[in-house]
Amino acid sequence: MAKVTKLTRPTLNKSDEVYLIGIFKGTLVTLKHAFKSLVGKSRGSESLKSSGLGVTMQYPEEKWDDELPEYYRGAPALVTDEQDRERCVSCQLCEFICPPKAIKIIPGEIPEGDEWAKVEKKPKEFEIDMIRCIYCGLCEEVCPEQAIYLRKDYAITGTSREEMVHDKERLYEIGGKRVGLVNKWNNLK
Amino acid sequence: MSDTPTTTKLLPKDEAAEKGLVNVQIDGNWIQVPRGTRMIEACKIAEKEVPHYCYHPKLTSPGNCRMCLVQMGMPPRPAPGADPVFGDDGYQEIGWMPRPVIACANTVAENMGIKTSGDLVEKTREGVMEFLLINHPLDCPICDQAGECSLQEFSVEHGRGQSRFVEDKIKKPKNVDIGPRINLDDERCIMCSRCIRFMDEVADDAVLGFSERGTHTTVTCHPDRRLDSNYGMNTIDLCPVGALTSKDFRFQMRVWFLKETKSIDVNCGTGCNTTVWTRGNQVYRVTPRRNDDVNSEWMPDSHRLAFHEVQGENRLTDPMIKVDGKHEITDWNTAINSAADALKEFESSEVAIIASARQTNEELFLTQGLADTIGTENVATVERTGEPDGKLISADRNPNTNGAKLLLGDSTAKLATIKDGLNDGSIKALIVLNEDLFEEANFSHDDLAGAELIISSHIIANKTAHASDIVLPGASFAEKRGSMVNVTGRLQRLNQAIQPSGNSKEDWEIIRDLILAINGESNDMYMIEDVVKMIAENVTEFNGLTFSKIGDQGTQLIETGVEIPLLTKERERAAAGIIVG
Repeated sequence: MAKVTKLTRPTLNKSDEVYLIGIFKGTLVTLKHAFKSLVGKSRGSESLKSSGLGVTMQYPEEKWDDELPEYYRGAPALVTDEQDRERCVSCQLCEFICPPKAIKIIPGEIPEGDEWAKVEKKPKEFEIDMIRCIYCGLCEEVCPEQAIYLRKDYAITGTSREEMVHDKERLYEIGGKRVGLVNKWNNLK
Repeated sequence: MSDTPTTTKLLPKDEAAEKGLVNVQIDGNWIQVPRGTRMIEACKIAEKEVPHYCYHPKLTSPGNCRMCLVQMGMPPRPAPGADPVFGDDGYQEIGWMPRPVIACANTVAENMGIKTSGDLVEKTREGVMEFLLINHPLDCPICDQAGECSLQEFSVEHGRGQSRFVEDKIKKPKNVDIGPRINLDDERCIMCSRCIRFMDEVADDAVLGFSERGTHTTVTCHPDRRLDSNYGMNTIDLCPVGALTSKDFRFQMRVWFLKETKSIDVNCGTGCNTTVWTRGNQVYRVTPRRNDDVNSEWMPDSHRLAFHEVQGENRLTDPMIKVDGKHEITDWNTAINSAADALKEFESSEVAIIASARQTNEELFLTQGLADTIGTENVATVERTGEPDGKLISADRNPNTNGAKLLLGDSTAKLATIKDGLNDGSIKALIVLNEDLFEEANFSHDDLAGAELIISSHIIANKTAHASDIVLPGASFAEKRGSMVNVTGRLQRLNQAIQPSGNSKEDWEIIRDLILAINGESNDMYMIEDVVKMIAENVTEFNGLTFSKIGDQGTQLIETGVEIPLLTKERERAAAGIIVG
């Protein structure tokens, strides 16, 4: 059982009740920060890598991209392995799990004679509608082939609905190569 | 004789024996099942699931997968001279055997006990599953069976979850082309031999067999043959794992996306019961559905793949009117009204209707209504015959010949009369419903030259549609509801799986609209149930029938005396005790 601490309201004396002193103290703090921001010493400027003038991050001139944590969930993308093989085998589990139904896959067969013919299956078309995507990461979690990852790209914009649909080519462009994953389709397979 | 004091109460075994039954205790509950029932079937009656791979009620039971192991017990044999001891409930005490037995190939006996759960059974199943999975490649992500795979299901239910096998798995041939419609993956095979037995016992084309020994055992096709039987694709449905997969359905769609609709096959008079698998507005596959009075559990490959035709490029999707020798797309109101106006130009005896035994009963009934509205007696249907295959494919390639006979009378003979009428000029207008005159009806362009007006309804573009003045696009078997009567006289139901393609429309609505446009009355039939109701009121054989009364398994409407050869053979085998049936 979590420990429950009961808090009692503080008893206020006469000077506290008129609030004037509190307001005055608060104003002093505000004025201190206002002054610092004018002389280029605003608080948090180091971590924001800003000039220190003003307290607002000047997006998009200033970005926090380097500060994004490893687990950040940006745009979902497909990845290739060390040998440039498409990891996706179009099992369509991500299409099934996707809560907003953003993913559309048309499976295809890897033709005989191809270097990776033993994998048999790869996506013919793979589309993610980024207007629908809610960045939940379930596709990454469900993938049995470690083929889809949520990357750090968050500024997904476009001027038309069609542009907002990421096709297979675009998805591999965002995803790139990912090394050090399970090599399921090894020589023993 | 309860008043005679000498009569004692009958023991349960004697009560059961009078009815030809035996008492079996399944998981603690006593039930009575017919003598000779397999233990696995008795468990099914008791609603206890016994997992199994090789057992199939329509095939022999070799008992080689060992998945159906259960614990069995019998009363101990009394010592010489001693009498069996019956408890208060009238049953003997069961002595449980220390080793499990297979439930699929053993039959029940009086006072037998079966345990489908418990330590021994669960441990056994876990062991069997572990051995089955030793060499299994685990390529579920690329396997078409995933989602309907018994190995997946039982592995979750009875498996141990993790593999202890550290050695390399046995390599076997993968993606083998063993037939024109079937692919074989030997690594996925669990040696249940269902496909081998099916090809031998049902398809009468024993091309499959086991080769090699031990863990290297593989299912193989005879080296000089291919799995090309017209019943070969049934092995795909039979295969409990993904060893045999369909080339046609290969990588098309994962099965968990597909919606199942119960329907019937419309390619011959047998009317095999089917399941239509769809996603969105597309049919992905058609599989047979069990009906012991029609198709057992099988269907021919040719009929299974016939659905592609109605999804092809030649599909008619819009009503069209011919203007200056060229078809132009129009809307339904214009098409129906101009058809009605054009028909009014002719004397009623100058109009002939060529209907089809491929139409549903509802459409045929309305076709008769259309003939009555016009006032013509020239209503014909086209006979369509082929070579029967001695199994499921009937010589009659029309799915609803008996329905046409019931609703239109004997109409096939009138086809010649109409042809003559066209040639001597007594018939000038033709309404063709769902029938290509150039194909089965053997009409020539010269015959049709006499027709000043041709109105036709089709699903796919053909020569008759090309020659027509007004073309009305109809709905395919998957896009409409209706009923049909098969060769044995069984009334069966078609269910709608998808929406009619493009602007095409359900055929009964087309005929209804045409009738209304001709007689100028207002519509009072909004649902196909209204038509069914009218048929039930007007046709003796259909009295009291509704769609829901037909049911998923159909209902016997008339007796035609026709037998389906495959069922005859199956019943003989069941009677001989070779299969459960």
